[in-house]
Amino acid sequence: MARVLLTVPAAAKRGEIIEIRAAIAHPMETGYRRGADGQRLPRDILRSFACRLDGDLVFAAELFPAVAANPYLAFHLRATRSGTLTFTWEGDAGFAQTETARLAVA
Amino acid sequence: MPLRQRIDPHRRLALRAGGALVAMAVARPVRAEVPELKAAIAAYTGGREARPGRVSIEVARLVDNGNAVPLTVRVDSPMTAAEHVRAIAVFNERNPERDVARFALTEHAGLAVVSTRIRLATSQQLVAIATLSDGSLWSGAVDVVVTLAACIEGEN
Repeated sequence: MARVLLTVPAAAKRGEIIEIRAAIAHPMETGYRRGADGQRLPRDILRSFACRLDGDLVFAAELFPAVAANPYLAFHLRATRSGTLTFTWEGDAGFAQTETARLAVA
Repeated sequence: MPLRQRIDPHRRLALRAGGALVAMAVARPVRAEVPELKAAIAAYTGGREARPGRVSIEVARLVDNGNAVPLTVRVDSPMTAAEHVRAIAVFNERNPERDVARFALTEHAGLAVVSTRIRLATSQQLVAIATLSDGSLWSGAVDVVVTLAACIEGEN
């Protein structure tokens, strides 16, 4: 399991626009670099990210080797209801990880 | 014999040629068109032309380290059910691949602002294309100068 850092406001007012940040520890190996033996290091990147609120898509991203290591994404959401935010990452070599965070809207 | 006259005339020529080369490098246009960038954008938009405007790319104009460059794309949109940004795609000019990232947004976003960190192999242009809910395409571009490129040495 890769280390994940999620930033979701602890509480949001109804209608408020909040910023959500998600970072995950991952090398994002581009497939263009060569190792010490001169051989190309095989590509190992995260290809997709999605954030859902109780199953409804909030934000999604398709990532390419040009995204820096430990991919960081920040996006916005208009807080209209409380719920569970689900964050999923998928990538090469069968990588898949899901994290959740509680969104409390007053 | 004064020192200056002892300089080998061939070396003089070489120096002069070197000077001319530098002058040529300076005179070269800052940004030559890279056809693959246009092709990648055309493939994404389905050949439709994106209108310049409404999209701004916030990135340092002078980048010390190309391995992790903070990037924010901002699209001027009210983000309502009737009018919102559906997608943002970021392209680059001179990395090994033209794609950087593609984002999907919904009207629930409230604000069409997305941030991430990217790699830049060298000084180049970045282009962002926004697709709005009415199907219109808008674009923004920015030129960045990179002093230490990504992809040359191992990342620490």
